[in-house]
Amino acid sequence: MNKNLFQISPGFEDIMPAEYRELVEYGPFGKGLGVSDLGTFKELIEEHPLCAGCGLAQSLRLILASLPHPEDTIIVGSTGCSALAFPQVAVQNIHSLFGNQNALASGLKRALKLRYPDKIKDVVVIAGDGATADIGLDMVMQSWFRRENITTIMLDNEAYANTGGQESGMSQQGVILNMAPKGKNFPKIPLTDIAKVSGCSYVASVAPTQPKRLEKVVRRAIQVAREIGPTYVQVFCPCPTNFKHKPSESPKRIKERIKAGTYHIVEYIAPEAQELVNQLGGEKDER
Amino acid sequence: MITQRIVEPEYLFFEAPREKVFITGSEAVREAIKRANVDMAISYPITPQSESMHLVGDIFAEGYLKEYFRGESEFAVMSAVAGASMGGVRVFTATGGPGTLRAFENFPTWAGARLPVVCAFMTRGVNSPLTIQPDTIEMAFMLDTGIMMLHAETAQDLYDMILTAFIITEQTDVHIPMGIFVDGFFVTHSRDNVEIAAEDIKLPPYNPYNSPVPVMDMENVPIRQMRDPFVMKSNFISYAAHASWQQEILAASERARKHIHKYLGGLVETDNTDADILVVASGTAFSQSREAVAMARREGIDAGLLRIKSLRPFPTEEVKEMTRKAKTVIIPEFNRVGWLCREVKSAMAAPEKVLGGPRVFGGMTMPPELILAEIRRCSA
Repeated sequence: MNKNLFQISPGFEDIMPAEYRELVEYGPFGKGLGVSDLGTFKELIEEHPLCAGCGLAQSLRLILASLPHPEDTIIVGSTGCSALAFPQVAVQNIHSLFGNQNALASGLKRALKLRYPDKIKDVVVIAGDGATADIGLDMVMQSWFRRENITTIMLDNEAYANTGGQESGMSQQGVILNMAPKGKNFPKIPLTDIAKVSGCSYVASVAPTQPKRLEKVVRRAIQVAREIGPTYVQVFCPCPTNFKHKPSESPKRIKERIKAGTYHIVEYIAPEAQELVNQLGGEKDER
Repeated sequence: MITQRIVEPEYLFFEAPREKVFITGSEAVREAIKRANVDMAISYPITPQSESMHLVGDIFAEGYLKEYFRGESEFAVMSAVAGASMGGVRVFTATGGPGTLRAFENFPTWAGARLPVVCAFMTRGVNSPLTIQPDTIEMAFMLDTGIMMLHAETAQDLYDMILTAFIITEQTDVHIPMGIFVDGFFVTHSRDNVEIAAEDIKLPPYNPYNSPVPVMDMENVPIRQMRDPFVMKSNFISYAAHASWQQEILAASERARKHIHKYLGGLVETDNTDADILVVASGTAFSQSREAVAMARREGIDAGLLRIKSLRPFPTEEVKEMTRKAKTVIIPEFNRVGWLCREVKSAMAAPEKVLGGPRVFGGMTMPPELILAEIRRCSA
C-alpha cells in the first residue's frame, strides 16, 4: 500500500471519523508491530458486535495484531459469527458466500500476483468451522491440492454458532447440540491431519490463551504461504453462548480441554518450509 | 511471444478489416477471447461448453492470457472468478445447463458486488432425466439474478457479443456482470461463416479503478472496506440499504441500454413488424423463425419478425411498440416453460394476441415447417 494514499487531505482532518484519524496517526501499517505492542497502537478492529467471552473475538484481535504486513493484506471471510465483526476491520476484506472463501481467495491471490508481481500481497482466509470443514471443505482442500499461496485460518468454536448452535463437523463426538438431539455420533474432523497430507506447507493449531504462540504461528503461516505454499491454522475459540458457560470461563475451558487432550495443539512444518521458518525465528513456545 | 497492438474498442468492433473464416461457435469464443485482452480465465468441463474453454486454454498456452486454470466445480469456479474480479483483473469463464444451476448462488452475488464478469452460457437441458441436448430452460432461472443477458443467435453473434460485453460491463455506470447465452450444439458445435478482426489487435486493458466500488488490493481507499458489508440487522436502515442496493443493480442494467445500442445496434432486430402475423424469438429459435417467415412470404402470407437480442435489460418499450400492429404474435422457443413468451406478454399492451409456442425441448429440433404451420393457421 502506498502510504500517501492513506493520508487525510489537508482541511479534512476535522470531519474524518475519530477512529479513522486514529488509524492514520497510530495505526499499525508499515510499523512491524505485534501482540506485545497491543495497547500502544490503534488496532485494526474497531470494537466488535460478538458476544461477551467469545473466543472468536479474542482470536480475531490477536490474529489481526499478528499480521506481518497489514498494509498489504486482504482477508477473505465467510458467513458466520466472525463475519459480523469484519465490517469493523481496517484492512480490505471480502465476504462472498457461505463456504466459497478458499475458491474466491484462489482467484483473488492469482489476480494480485498478476497485478503486483514484485510486491507482497498476502491473502488470508479467516472463517469458521462450518465454513471451513463442512460446507466449504471441498474448496478448502482443492485450494491446498492446487498449492495456492493462501493462508487458511479456521476459527473453531465447534458449532454453527451464528445460526443458533447446531452441530458441525468440528463438534466433539457425543455433544448434544441443535440438529444432533441425541448427541453427535462421529468424531471431530481431523483437519490438521488432512491439511498435512493435502499439500499444506505449514499447519498449526493454537488458542487465544497463548497469544505469543498464536502470533508466531500466524506469522509463520502467512510468510510460508507467501513464499512456498498453502498453510492452515486452526484456532480454538469456545462459544459461551451456545455451549452455555460463563463468558469469563472461556480461557479456563480452553486450558482444560488442551490439558485433557481433547483439543490437540500441533505444529507441522513441511520440509520445504523448514528453512524459511528457521530464518523467521520464533517466540518461545508457551505450551 | 505474442505481440498484439492495443486499439480502441470502436476500431476493433466497427472499423478494423475483418477476415471471413468458417469456424464453430466454440472457435468463435476462442477468437473473441484472443482479442479481448483477458487477464485470467477459469474453466470447468461440462458438455456442450467444454470445447470453448479448452480452446481458451490453448490460447493461454500461446500467451494470449496471463492466467488460466481448471477449478473444482462450477460453484467454485464462479467464486474464484469473483475473487479475481475483486482483485482487479479482466476475467472470463463459461458453463451451461446443470453447471449453470450448480453455480447459481454466485450470479446474484456477482451482480450485487458490481463485478464486470463476462460469462458464456452454452445452454442445454437440465436433470432429471439427465440430458446433454439443446434446451434453453436454464435461461428462465437466470432472468432475475441481476446479471445482464444477451442471447446470441449465431457464431458471429457469439464473437461480437463476447468482445463487446467486456466494454459494456466495464463502464463505470454499468459495472455488473453479463452472460452471453448461446444455444448449445446448434451454435457451439456447428460451423458458420464468421467475420473476425486480425489477431494482432486487442482491446485496451481493464482499469479496475473505473469500478464504482473499491478494488480489493489494499492500494485504494477506504482501507476499512468490506466487500460487501452485511445489512441484515433488524432495523429500517438495513432494510433501506438492501432495498436501495437492489434497485441500484437494476438501474445499472438500465444504464447499459445506451451501450448496447452503441455497440450492438440495439436490443432487438426487426423485419416488417407492421405485418398481421409477428414471430418473436431469440437465439436459434429466431434462425428457424426467419426461415419460416421466408417460406410464408413465398406463399403470400404477410408475416414479420422481431428478434430479442437482450433479455436483461429487456426491450420493454420496443416490444410494446413493435407488437402494436400485429393481430397475432407467435413465440417459438427451445424450452418447456415458455419464458420468452412470459416476458413478451408482460411488455405488450394486448397480451391476448400471443399464441405461445411452438415449443420444443429435451433436445428436439424445431423445423421451420413447425413454425410455418402456426403462421398458416393464424392467417387462415
